[in-house]
Amino acid sequence: MSLDKEQVHHIAVLARLKLSDEEYAESVEKLSKIVDFVDQLAQADTADVVPMAHPLDAAQRLRPDVVTETDNRDRYQENSASVSDGLYLVPKVIE
Amino acid sequence: MMGLHQQTMVELAAGLEKGDFTSAELTQALLDRIGSLDDKLNAFVTVTATEALAAATRADEARASGIGGALNGLPLIHKDIFCTRGVKTTCGSKMLDNFISPYDATVVEKLADAGAVVLGKSNMDEFAMGSSNETSYFGPVRNPWNLECSPGGSSGGSSASVAARFAPAATGTDTGGSIRQPAALTGTVGLKPTYGRVSRYGMIAFASSLDQAGVITRSSEDAALLLGVMAGFDERDSTSIDQPVPDYLASIGDSIKGLRVGIVRQHFDAGLDQQTGVRVKDAIAVLESLGATTVEVDLPNLDLSVPTYYVVAPAECSSNLSRFDGVRFGHRAENAEDLQDLYFRSRGEGFGDEVKRRIMTGTYVLSAGYYDAYYLKAQQVRQLIADDFKKAFADVDVIAGPTAPSPAFRLGDKVDDPIQMYLNDIYTIGANLAGLPGLSVPCGFVDDLPVGLHLVGAHFGEETLLRCGHQYQQQTEWHKACPEAFK
Repeated sequence: MSLDKEQVHHIAVLARLKLSDEEYAESVEKLSKIVDFVDQLAQADTADVVPMAHPLDAAQRLRPDVVTETDNRDRYQENSASVSDGLYLVPKVIE
Repeated sequence: MMGLHQQTMVELAAGLEKGDFTSAELTQALLDRIGSLDDKLNAFVTVTATEALAAATRADEARASGIGGALNGLPLIHKDIFCTRGVKTTCGSKMLDNFISPYDATVVEKLADAGAVVLGKSNMDEFAMGSSNETSYFGPVRNPWNLECSPGGSSGGSSASVAARFAPAATGTDTGGSIRQPAALTGTVGLKPTYGRVSRYGMIAFASSLDQAGVITRSSEDAALLLGVMAGFDERDSTSIDQPVPDYLASIGDSIKGLRVGIVRQHFDAGLDQQTGVRVKDAIAVLESLGATTVEVDLPNLDLSVPTYYVVAPAECSSNLSRFDGVRFGHRAENAEDLQDLYFRSRGEGFGDEVKRRIMTGTYVLSAGYYDAYYLKAQQVRQLIADDFKKAFADVDVIAGPTAPSPAFRLGDKVDDPIQMYLNDIYTIGANLAGLPGLSVPCGFVDDLPVGLHLVGAHFGEETLLRCGHQYQQQTEWHKACPEAFK
C-alpha cells in the first residue's frame, strides 16, 4: 500500500469529506492502487519540457472592469437551505 | 412512412417543413415512447413533458408565421450536467438532487433559440466521473442492445436514449471520452469538438481544461447540424475560442478522396479486443475504398495518457467541487454542530464513492510535497502527448482507430476496480489532453453489441471529421440498426 490510513485521513480533512470507517478502509486500498498507477509518470523524461498551461496555447482573456451582472440575489437564494434577510445562514462561527 | 422515432433530425426537419406532421405531434409521440419504454433503461432523471409540449406548440406557431430557427420544432435531450432554468439539474448526484437551476447554460440557450424542443434531462455518471453510468445517484442506465450491459459513460443516458429512439439527438460532455465511448457502446454517433469550440458556461465543471460539450446523434449529418448551432465564442466562458463557425453541412457531402488517414500501431496491440479490431480495420478499408490513403503514425507517449489524465482530471475536480459546501445550494447536512461539521457532513453525504475518490486523488496530487511529482509532472507529460499529436498531424488529416477496447461490458463487471474502468478510455483520453476534436461512428457488431470507429482531427478539424464520418455512413448501414425491443 502506497498510502496508509493516516495519510488518507489527512487527505480527507484537506478535502473536507467525512468518511465512515468502511469508506476509510476502501479508500486506503483504492487510492493506493490509483497512486501506484499514476506513479508510471515518473518514467517519462520531461527534462526541459514546459508544463502545459492551455491545450491551444491560448491566454486567459481579461474583460473591462464594469458591472455586467444584474441583482438576482433572491432567485439565487431559492436554492439555499437556510437564508434570512438576504443572507446565507450557517452555524455560529464566533462565540 | 418510416416511424417518426426512427428518423434523423435532418429527415424530421424536412417532414416538419413539408407539413407531414407538427412538432406537437412529434413531441407527443416521443414522450409516449419515453413513458412506455424508459422503465427498461433508466435513461432519464427528469422528463420535461409540459415544457416540451409548450415549446413544440411555439415552434409550430413560429413555422406557421414563416419564422423559426435552424432547429425549429426538433426534439432533443440534455445531459443533466447542463443548467436549465427552472428545471432540476442534478449532474447525477445526491448533492444536486434539490437544485433548480436559476439560469440556462449557453448550450441550452443557443439550442432553444434555434427552436429545439427539450424532452428532458438524461441520466449520467455522478459529476461525469465514470465510464459506465454506474456512479449515478439515480442508478445505472441500461444499454438498449443488451439490458445487462452498460451504455457507457458518463453520457450514458444520452447514448441509450438516442440508440433507443427516444430522440434523434442528445447533448453530452466529454472530459476523457464521455461522449465517444458511450456512442461506440450503443451504436450511435458521438462528437467531441475542439477544446473551446463550444461554451462551457452553465455546464457543471468537472475538469475545466479538458471538459467540452458535444452531441450524440445517429448520423454525422445531424452532429454537423447541431454543432453549427452550439459552437461559437462566448464571453461568459474564459477559455472559449474566438474563431468563426463554419457551415459544417456545406462541405459534408464532399469526397474524401486523397484524405490522409493516420493509423497508430499501438491502438491495435494486445489491449484491444480482437474482434473489435477486425471491425475497425474493415471500417478503415471502407475509407480507403473512398479514396483515402493510410499512413502509419507514431504516438510514443500514448501509454502515459491514462495516468496523466488521472492526475490532471482529479486535480481539477478537487478544485471545482470545493464549491459544494452545503451553504448556498446543494445538499445540506442536518443539525450541524459547527461550520466545519456542516462542510464535512454535507460533502460526505452528498457525494458518492467515485466522486469522493477523485476529489481525494486530486487533493493528494496537489498537496504540499507532492505537487511537483504529480501535477507538474503530469502537465509536462501532457505537453509531450500534445506534441506527439502535433507531429502526427503534419502528415495526416485524421487519425483512425477503435473508440473503446471492447464492446459494452456487463453492469457490475468493472465497478470494483477503478483502474480497469479507467483503462476503458485509453483511446479517447489523448484527444482531451491535447484539446483535439474526436468523432465516433458505428462500424459493426461483435456478439450483437455495437462497436465504434474513432476519428481524431487536428484543432478545429471538425469539418474534416464530420465529412469523413458522413462519407463512411453513406457506404454503411450500421447506424441504422435498431435494438429489437426499441423498433
